[in-house]
Amino acid sequence: MGAAPFRGILNFARGVVIPLAVLALWQFLAMSGWVNPQILPSPVQVVARWWEYLRPTASYSGGSYALWLVSGELPHDALASLSRVVGGFLIGTLLALPLGLLMGASNKLYGLFNPLVQVLRPIPPIAYIPLAILWFGLGNPPAFFLISIGAFFPVLMNTIAGVQHVDGIYLRAARNLGAGQMTLFRRVIVPAAMPYILTGMRIGIGTAFIVVIVAEMIAVNSGLGYRILEAREYLWSDKIIAGMFTIGLLGLGIDFFMNGLNNWLLKWHRGIDQN
Amino acid sequence: MFIHIENVNKSFPVPGGEVIALKDINLDVGEGEFVCLLGPSGCGKSTLLNAIAGFSPPTSGSIAINGRADAARFPGPDRGMVFQEYALFPWMTVAQNIRFGLEIKGLPKAEMNGKVDRLLRKLNLYEFRERFPKDLSGGMNQRVAIARVLALDSPIMLMDEPFGALDALTRRTLQDELLRIWDEYRKTIVFVTHSIEESVYLADRVAVMTYRPGTIKRDVRIAMPRPRDSASAEFNALKKELAKLVMEEQMRYTQTEIQGYTAD
Repeated sequence: MGAAPFRGILNFARGVVIPLAVLALWQFLAMSGWVNPQILPSPVQVVARWWEYLRPTASYSGGSYALWLVSGELPHDALASLSRVVGGFLIGTLLALPLGLLMGASNKLYGLFNPLVQVLRPIPPIAYIPLAILWFGLGNPPAFFLISIGAFFPVLMNTIAGVQHVDGIYLRAARNLGAGQMTLFRRVIVPAAMPYILTGMRIGIGTAFIVVIVAEMIAVNSGLGYRILEAREYLWSDKIIAGMFTIGLLGLGIDFFMNGLNNWLLKWHRGIDQN
Repeated sequence: MFIHIENVNKSFPVPGGEVIALKDINLDVGEGEFVCLLGPSGCGKSTLLNAIAGFSPPTSGSIAINGRADAARFPGPDRGMVFQEYALFPWMTVAQNIRFGLEIKGLPKAEMNGKVDRLLRKLNLYEFRERFPKDLSGGMNQRVAIARVLALDSPIMLMDEPFGALDALTRRTLQDELLRIWDEYRKTIVFVTHSIEESVYLADRVAVMTYRPGTIKRDVRIAMPRPRDSASAEFNALKKELAKLVMEEQMRYTQTEIQGYTAD
């Protein structure tokens, strides 16, 4: 008794002291009159604007209460961005996974595809924007295209590496137990490569999240990226910052989800256990 | 003969030439026999085992299994292998690991479950059946690996220094367990080790191998009844005899190592 809860409080205090100090300094700067509030609004102003951005615009008038709760501008934007990330990520991953598995498993296919991959891989997905708009116009199609490219290469590279790094002893053991090529691939190579593949997916969804914001700033007129750029035109710096924090929280949420998925799928893996 | 090894040679290409790992190996293992391959590092004992397993077929010569010539050119569940590194699939639980070979065989589900359960109990693994290999000790993991091979009902068990990474007490426990299993299932076992004591404790015959090129230096029969008392005079006389043979090879190994080092 005593020591453990006290340590908990201490750890909590240690965690919040810097953020609180930054907030206080920020608030002080904003109130001091030294900086133009249109350039740097106070935290209080940002939170107020955030609430405006978040809350439903119309008052409740029947129908689903949950739907009404998320009828504000922010939930719409967040959902638009998130669905683009997930959609683009899935397209990129579903293309990269089979190709990566095949390239990793077959030297022939690796030799065929690798030169092209090496040439295309260093091109930042953002550099595809002009081409994406030229090919797909404005709206969701270019966004999905760009995001899927962002997810494609990290997943592809890690899947190849994962398959190539499968410890030979598992292959020998499986063949010794009578496994044919298909069993070997499905039940040994793929699970053994899973730690790499999941790492690739985490990097991939991180890239996808960066690309979605940029794509929305340029090619789409909805979503969080679009919203903060729109806010700049009205000099709503409080809304820009509120939007940025929303983007940050969404990114944190995605990361949290991927982490959970990772731990669940790799519960067999050494080094995942926290204890 | 159950395993008939005839004029087996194996060489590996290395930069600037080749290493002759096995030279003119002739060895017969009878059905139900427990044979140890004993020798220092680099004597080719694992190479020979891998050739029998079909992982790395010989450059020339033949290995016949139960009368089938060249039956050992490919790996197969008739020659179950237990590796020093366990080689359990870490993404499968203990029970799933044991089940793997049975699923490939396509056994009916009920039969499969019964078999896995029996093996889990036989090897004292039942309480650990839902655990992953990373949560088990080395000795436990090696038990799972043995159960996985037993599940195959293969007449032959190949064991590549299976207890080399275990502490002395666990090692002795597993040796005794292995002898019980061997006795009960009448397996033919080819067991690679560099421990003289282990070979005398376990084997019907010990084939001592020479260091590079690997040949059979001496085939020593161990006629002592089991369980063997490792403190007895007879046991120690045999140990001494084998130690003399092995140490000659160990010396050649050490000298080559030193020469190789100074030549660099």
